Amino acid sequence: MTAVLQTDHLSLQFGGVNALSDLSIEVDEGALHAIIGPNGAGKTSFFNCLTGYYKPTGGAVRFQGNEVTGLDAAKVAALGIRRTFQNIRVFPKMSVLENVLAGGHLRATSNLLSITVASRGFRRRERLLHEEAMASLEFVGLADQWNNLAGDLPYGMRKRMELARVLIANPVVVLLDEPAAGVSSVEREELSRVIRRIHDQGTCVVMIEHDVDLVMEIATDVTVLDNGRIIASGLPQDVRTNPDVIRAYMGRKRK
Amino acid sequence: MATETAVRSGRTRVDGFRVTRAGLVIALVVAAALVPQMTQNQYYLGVAFQAEMLMCLALGLNIVVGYAGMLDLGFAAFFAIGAYTTGILSTKEHWSILASIGPGVLIAVICALIIGFPTLRLRSDYLAVVTLGFGEIIQTIAINLNQTGGPTGIYAIPALTIGSVVVASNTGYYYVFLVLVIIFALFSTRLRGSRLGRAWLCIREDEDAAKAMGINTNHYKLYAYMFGAVLGSITGSLYAPALTAISPASFGFSESLLIVMAVAIGGLGSIWGVMFGAAVVEIFPEVFRSFAQARLLVFGVLLVILMVVRPRGLFPERAFQALGTRIRARLGHAVASPRSGTGGPLVSLPTEEP
Ligand SMILES: Nc1ncnc2c1ncn2[C@@H]1O[C@H](COP(=O)(O)OP(=O)(O)OP(=O)(O)O)[C@@H](O)[C@H]1O
Ligand SMILES: [Mg+2]
Repeated sequence: MTAVLQTDHLSLQFGGVNALSDLSIEVDEGALHAIIGPNGAGKTSFFNCLTGYYKPTGGAVRFQGNEVTGLDAAKVAALGIRRTFQNIRVFPKMSVLENVLAGGHLRATSNLLSITVASRGFRRRERLLHEEAMASLEFVGLADQWNNLAGDLPYGMRKRMELARVLIANPVVVLLDEPAAGVSSVEREELSRVIRRIHDQGTCVVMIEHDVDLVMEIATDVTVLDNGRIIASGLPQDVRTNPDVIRAYMGRKRK
Repeated sequence: MATETAVRSGRTRVDGFRVTRAGLVIALVVAAALVPQMTQNQYYLGVAFQAEMLMCLALGLNIVVGYAGMLDLGFAAFFAIGAYTTGILSTKEHWSILASIGPGVLIAVICALIIGFPTLRLRSDYLAVVTLGFGEIIQTIAINLNQTGGPTGIYAIPALTIGSVVVASNTGYYYVFLVLVIIFALFSTRLRGSRLGRAWLCIREDEDAAKAMGINTNHYKLYAYMFGAVLGSITGSLYAPALTAISPASFGFSESLLIVMAVAIGGLGSIWGVMFGAAVVEIFPEVFRSFAQARLLVFGVLLVILMVVRPRGLFPERAFQALGTRIRARLGHAVASPRSGTGGPLVSLPTEEP
């Protein structure tokens, strides 16, 4: 299998703290790759390094064979690597539909003149984008919320809206930072269904998730981080019984 | 029953509300056009014309502050650039006023690039300081250069001529600026409904998240600043012949602050709100002239109260839609579901009723 997204000996330091050390991960084409690990393990930092929000202090990130280490976040997004945020980041004073349209920013290509005169081409392109945005909302089950302000949505719906916002861009890889954290069991079912459908469409998914049951249920590969290091990786069932993994989780619990 | 989902800049119009709104716009424009017919009082006309001018400036600044969320405290600088370019070219080089708009815009855009390029990547509070400084620099230059007439400025600026029409009265300029307000408002609406407007709002709401949408935030901030500069400069170019004389005193920090106030009072990002805010800022102190010196104090106090009670301004974006929905609910009409309603001009998605 070919790796879509790959890191080589990635490391990240904050002052003297090693948030990530020597991380080499391969995300295969068509994978639903879960990243798990205790709090503070460095999972979010890893995503931030992949998406241009943090500059790794060592190592490299490769996407489809090209090095993308240290690229600006907007450039990374433009390449087709899209993400959600652990602490959901919606645009609160924009409608749900506009949030999703914003996700399709790079697909709205009208120039200033056609915008100013509202040319036929501009209106056609906007209409197509609107239709796709509505389709994305439909996909995550939020179509009836399209005209509400994103800031007024309850937590679980915001999480799904973030997914719709990612999907409209037709990404190659989506990085989901704890998509099911803090939602009700009903919402969790809904989210896992949506994630699986994204994966079924052929989009590569990398997902940080604390919910081990969810991971075991839908992931194809699992990487376990602790203290910025990989302590285990492989198939879900193998990782589950790995003594290092059990120790890492139990160790934290005792604290 | 087959209905259409109306999607226009992400807002729907409750059935009939859009028609009402179009009617309101026409009524307002007609009413505005009739103002000079209703009064020959030059003082009233002067205030009305000043209000229109402030609306133009506020619409320009709205792109920077209201849409992109960048605090610009030196916006009068672009107004000055337009006014002085036109003033100099028309008096010294005998250019026509209309022809001088172009060079004014060009200089404003160049200045916006020079100021904006290194500073727009800074966070908003630093930006406020830099733009404040830029405003002061432009005013100081105007005071000290010979070409700009020093502290006395430029006078005997010729009248605006459009074809064979010479605009030489207050009434004439009232109409010229009415047209300009309409053009700027329409332009702002178009921008708002495009990827530009969306990108600016994303930057305003959450700049880091905007990057995750693939938005090159530095570029888009620069675009917003440049559009603001263009609108400010055009307003200045037409202001010069309207007053026939310009001096540095008209382009200081207090003018910049007035424009910011208009935008903040009316409602950041809301085109109607911003125009209303400009009218309030211009007309209120005039109406309460009898308070003499106290009127600015009263105005200030009211402003503070407003910002506490309605921090997003009098008419924030979507305020009208919310109002329409509330009125219909009050009248006992069923509030239309978001999937019904007549379409805006941009988009209508055909859907079937569930
Ligand atoms: N911007 C930053 N500055 C300094 N330290 C940071 C920064 N971001 C992360 N860290 C540190 O890096 C380590 C890893 O944090 P990270 O947020 O990546 O963990 P995580 O695995 O996502 O945890 P959680 O499960 O709680 O989300 C932590 O010790 C954290 O304090
Ligand atoms: Mg995290």
